Amino acid sequence: MSQDLLTAITIFVLAILVGFEVISKVPATLHTPLMSGANSIHGIVLVGGILIAAAADNPLSYLLAFVAIVFGGANVVGGYVVTDRMLQMFRRKPAAPKGGGAAGTTPGAGA
Amino acid sequence: MSEAWVYTVIYAAWLVGAACFVLGLHFMNSPASARFGNRLSAGGMVVAVVFTLVFVLYNGISAVGLSIIVVGFVIGGGLGLYLARSVAMTAMPQLVSLFNAVGGGAAALVAIDDYVRVANVGEDVFSTAIFVVLGAVIGSVTFTGSLIAGGKLQGLIAGRPIPVPGGRSTTGLLALVALAGLVLLVLGASGGVVALDPTAKIVVLFVVVLAALVFGVTMVLPIGGADMPVVISLLNAATGTAAAMAGFVIDNPVLIISGALVGASGGILTKLMADAMNRSVANIIAGGFGGGEGTVAATTAEGGQVREISADDAAIQLAYAQSVIVVPGYGLAVAQAQHAVRELAEQLESRGVDVKYAIHPVAGRMPGHMNVLLAEANVPYPALREMEEINPEFERADVALVVGANDVTNPAARRPGTPVSGMPILDVDKAKSIVVIKRSMGRGYAGIDNELYTNPKTGMLFADAKEGLASLTAAVKAL
Repeated sequence: MSQDLLTAITIFVLAILVGFEVISKVPATLHTPLMSGANSIHGIVLVGGILIAAAADNPLSYLLAFVAIVFGGANVVGGYVVTDRMLQMFRRKPAAPKGGGAAGTTPGAGA
Repeated sequence: MSEAWVYTVIYAAWLVGAACFVLGLHFMNSPASARFGNRLSAGGMVVAVVFTLVFVLYNGISAVGLSIIVVGFVIGGGLGLYLARSVAMTAMPQLVSLFNAVGGGAAALVAIDDYVRVANVGEDVFSTAIFVVLGAVIGSVTFTGSLIAGGKLQGLIAGRPIPVPGGRSTTGLLALVALAGLVLLVLGASGGVVALDPTAKIVVLFVVVLAALVFGVTMVLPIGGADMPVVISLLNAATGTAAAMAGFVIDNPVLIISGALVGASGGILTKLMADAMNRSVANIIAGGFGGGEGTVAATTAEGGQVREISADDAAIQLAYAQSVIVVPGYGLAVAQAQHAVRELAEQLESRGVDVKYAIHPVAGRMPGHMNVLLAEANVPYPALREMEEINPEFERADVALVVGANDVTNPAARRPGTPVSGMPILDVDKAKSIVVIKRSMGRGYAGIDNELYTNPKTGMLFADAKEGLASLTAAVKAL
């Protein structure tokens, strides 16, 4: 195997370990936004799409690259926007102004 | 500027992008910083994409190539933006599934396209062949698999398990085709032991891709709708892996790092979700859960043991309680009743009732989905309690108000021999009294009757979640 390939495999393995370490700390509350956020990250294939479109030199390659970029673009833009929409809702409301012994809703309890 | 210097700058930009992804995920640790995390990740994406564009422009790109990039991105990005903005919060899981499908498709296409190019010039070494086939196969499986999963959630395809002709042997055969193709392409790689001309190689690859596309369909069809979140999560991890494989093919570090990150995160998330249902991932993929047929119900809905309750009676119970635990389920999400439940809670809180929400890990359609829906309705998130935290509190609660939740409250899960056995449940039946808002006595995804409904402490308020909550709110106000 070439040195380049060995380096690439090393990066791959280390990135997996980083992924485990970072992800395992996320609370269940945020799992849906997390899934959606991770979903947008693999939209990075758009970079791959751009690179193959630049290298393409025949109709088949052009077609494949075009579809890849449409798909990747939808994945990236849609993924981040929809995740942001979800997270926008996680703002902390001031405790309900009704008062009256709502002990269970003490701000700060869930942070 | 020298070529090497430019590449160094681009490489650094890719590294910045990858670092932003890692940090972005890290900031998603807490609701307070999650939005920043997502934006940081998006910023990293912009850096990576823009610098890639600069790179290909610097290297010289044909007019056709450039217009493909621009037009493709405008169409794809515009479509993604429109869908992401317009979709209802309840339809979020299927949208994520759709984005996952196109991501997998893109990864497969990148791998295939690059292979077509290198095979034509005879540069397809054996490692390229391995990564191409892996990327193309995984990407294709996630493409069709995610489409089917999204279709099931959207109701375009029946949610029940759909048997595939030939069952597992069909799936096995398809896997065998893909494997044979892999072996053939590796042996036939340039300098390999089998002589294959470029056209033959490309034909072999397309056969493999076709098999993978069909495999995606036959893998997901037999899985019931209740398990779709786990499946989508698994496919999400698979897309990450496919992106990493595509990264190996085109020798690009940012694709490898990001793909591996998503593969790892999706893997963990999948396991967490499966754990929440006390099932193994393998068991879920084997399919067949949630059929409804052939399962013997412990008690029947027609048994006459169900007590119906009026909105006024339920309102009195709630208004004079000290502590109420709301158990929201998918029925609440479908009826878009998250605002209605918040209004009722505010009415009760204004009367001094302590209101908490018990969130089962798989309430809604994905882990955390219910939290998102309630957050949309401005329910303060400290009031949302996770299962382990809230279960000991049920016995002290005066009323448990179940809104459109079914299987996750079924006490039958505590004993063996039922389809829900072993699934962690909310201990709703331990509350002093129980009010269930439900449209009918219909069954949940597990396809069995819920013993909670025939509990003598339970009053059933038959209504749509939204109407039921509105009538309760009105009745509480009138007291």
